Amino acid sequence: MAEIKVDVRGQTCPVPLVEMRKAVRRASPGDLIEIVGTHPASKKEIPMAVEDLKLELVSVEGSDNDWTIRIRR
Amino acid sequence: MAERATIILHSGDMDKLYSALIIGNGALSMGMEVSIFFTFWGLQRLQKSGLEKGPLSKMHLLGLGKWMINRRMNKAKVASLEKLMADFKDLGGKIIACEMTMEIMGLKKEDLREDWIDAYGAVGTYIQEARTSAITLFI
Repeated sequence: MAEIKVDVRGQTCPVPLVEMRKAVRRASPGDLIEIVGTHPASKKEIPMAVEDLKLELVSVEGSDNDWTIRIRR
Repeated sequence: MAERATIILHSGDMDKLYSALIIGNGALSMGMEVSIFFTFWGLQRLQKSGLEKGPLSKMHLLGLGKWMINRRMNKAKVASLEKLMADFKDLGGKIIACEMTMEIMGLKKEDLREDWIDAYGAVGTYIQEARTSAITLFI
């Protein structure tokens, strides 16, 4: 199973959400997607999207301004 | 079937095009299907090299206001309209061009960014999509 890394540090709305979605589309079932970012709202909203997309939220770590989110497709 | 969001973009203003594309991309990212109907002044933004040409809806100040906002947006690293449109298409968003507006404004298909446009339609197309949409907006 592959691990896909997405770096959206410094990017603002809606880029972190969009880049997460693009990575999920590239991933195969079972792949791990790791997103690192600094946009505070996206730390809350990426987990919301993960729920909507019926994916597995593996972890959310870090502060609002410097976070890492892991998702399993 | 996925939930649907249907947006009418009537305005050709830069800031309103940003709203339409940001909401569209957000909805696609959260698993919805999205259509944006470009009508009236909005359709002008689909003209070749027209995407970034819209004025600001307020405080345009003959272009000075737009220049200042663009500078602040660059500083805040806001994505360009070109990138937002590319992402919208990449995530499967649909663009529909209003045929009546094309007639009124004397625009032919070859005047428009045909590579972005999925369909040419009228009010019936909009109603058919909007009646089954969870979100519909007029911008």
